[in-house]
Amino acid sequence: MSTGVAIAGAAECDLGVTGKSILGLQAQAVSRALADAGLSLRDVDGLATTGVSRFSATQLADYFGLRPRWTDSTFAGGSAFEMFVARATQAIQAGQAETVVISFASNQRSARSRSLGGVVEEHTPEAQFETPYGPLYPLSYYAMAAQRYLHDFGGTHEELAEVAVAAREWALLNPAAFRYDTRPLTAAEVVGAKPISSPLTALDCCLVTDGGGAIVLTTLERARDLRKKPVEILGYGERTTNTSMTAVPDLTVTGAVGSGADAFARAGVTPADIDVVQVYDSFTITVALTLEALGFCGRGEALGWIAGGRIRPGGDFPLNTSGGGLSYCHPGQFGILLLTEAVAQLRGEAGARQVPGARLALAHGTGGILSTHATVVLGVEA
Amino acid sequence: MNPPEVPAPDEITAPWWEATGEHRLLVQTCVRCSGAQHPPRALCVHCGHDALGWSESAGLGVVDSFTVVHRAPRPELEVPYVIARVRLAEDVILLTRLEGRDPGAWTIGDPVRATWVGLDDGRALPVFVPAGPSPTTEPEPAPEQRGS
Repeated sequence: MSTGVAIAGAAECDLGVTGKSILGLQAQAVSRALADAGLSLRDVDGLATTGVSRFSATQLADYFGLRPRWTDSTFAGGSAFEMFVARATQAIQAGQAETVVISFASNQRSARSRSLGGVVEEHTPEAQFETPYGPLYPLSYYAMAAQRYLHDFGGTHEELAEVAVAAREWALLNPAAFRYDTRPLTAAEVVGAKPISSPLTALDCCLVTDGGGAIVLTTLERARDLRKKPVEILGYGERTTNTSMTAVPDLTVTGAVGSGADAFARAGVTPADIDVVQVYDSFTITVALTLEALGFCGRGEALGWIAGGRIRPGGDFPLNTSGGGLSYCHPGQFGILLLTEAVAQLRGEAGARQVPGARLALAHGTGGILSTHATVVLGVEA
Repeated sequence: MNPPEVPAPDEITAPWWEATGEHRLLVQTCVRCSGAQHPPRALCVHCGHDALGWSESAGLGVVDSFTVVHRAPRPELEVPYVIARVRLAEDVILLTRLEGRDPGAWTIGDPVRATWVGLDDGRALPVFVPAGPSPTTEPEPAPEQRGS
């Protein structure tokens, strides 16, 4: 079901180690996405971003000399951008804005601003009841989810490592990927890499890089008159579940169950209809949990299901075709780059990693410690 | 573990922290629906009621999950150490440390009991050790009983 709203432009900013500022990278991402759409800053009347400052959209509007009719700075970690798609779609449908830019950029690798302990604000319950014990944030939470998952369903770490192995295969086809010019990875290398928070090793964890991107949304009607093939917003859904490490009773069931069901229902499609899937791979386990939650396979079945090369290039379930956060780019909040890759695939612009004939794509963002979950279903007309 | 720095309690969490000074582990409990919750809050997550009391936990639980941390988030922490979710018999989950056993020897489902790490300000932090038959002995399980 079309919402009547479409993505008309999409672009990455510089990725990897850029030595650039956050706002400089934001300006790149937004300018390139607008140029891709054949639009200019003057056309923008809606702006959604995060990770710039406490007043993220406000800051960006000022920097660009804009006075938008609509903004959103929802901070929800890596899923914020899939949430922005939903809110921007509604704003455009309601007539509050006509051309909305959703953007993100980070220079976290150049600026060395990422810490393993993460950021926990002193006044939160977590600062009193969790941080004192020294969990890595967010890593230790995902590690406990992985431990529980392997325990409950009898999988092995080698099987889970396929997520990272396949991501590397895709990255080897993507010139923009941080690991493009490297070599294939083996499951044994993932399992045998430096342990960080058991069972997860350094190679179960996403990259720490600079990077970001932007997309431009407008009405489908207007998008049809612009430069590129419109990518329609077909469905969306979200769930917010926890900030503490103790709130969710079962570590192996995430809010993606609800966000996915809502998105599929709104789009009027089922998991089997999707041609290409981008799910946030902060860690290998994130992908296993998310694929099950979204209904691509049954509960406890993900590790058997992804085996045999089906999620690798040429497989029947093309997943994280950019190389993902694990091998392509991870600027701290990867959600925007799930969307740009989905757009590239649906337009047939993905080069050596193109999934032939992709018409329907799903992007699923996850933020925090499996805290926020947002699903978007995108499609192009045949 | 060495005593970490812990932020001061607020008006909601003060009774919980006060009890830790006497090595008593409290669980916040709703006066209306009897639901238990942790950490303490100003209202009940089960029914929304704002009259909440405290019950004393026996400090017994099982390991819901755990992770052995090999790279510390703070320089003063000595690795490896075990971070865990422990599900108390009162049906709340605590984030904590597991101690008293080789880090590689823990298994999900292991029974544990609370013990205390004193903080410099008189409060204490609950951590968990194997729930042996006697509180003074910590039997090492044979490797073949540890499962995988």
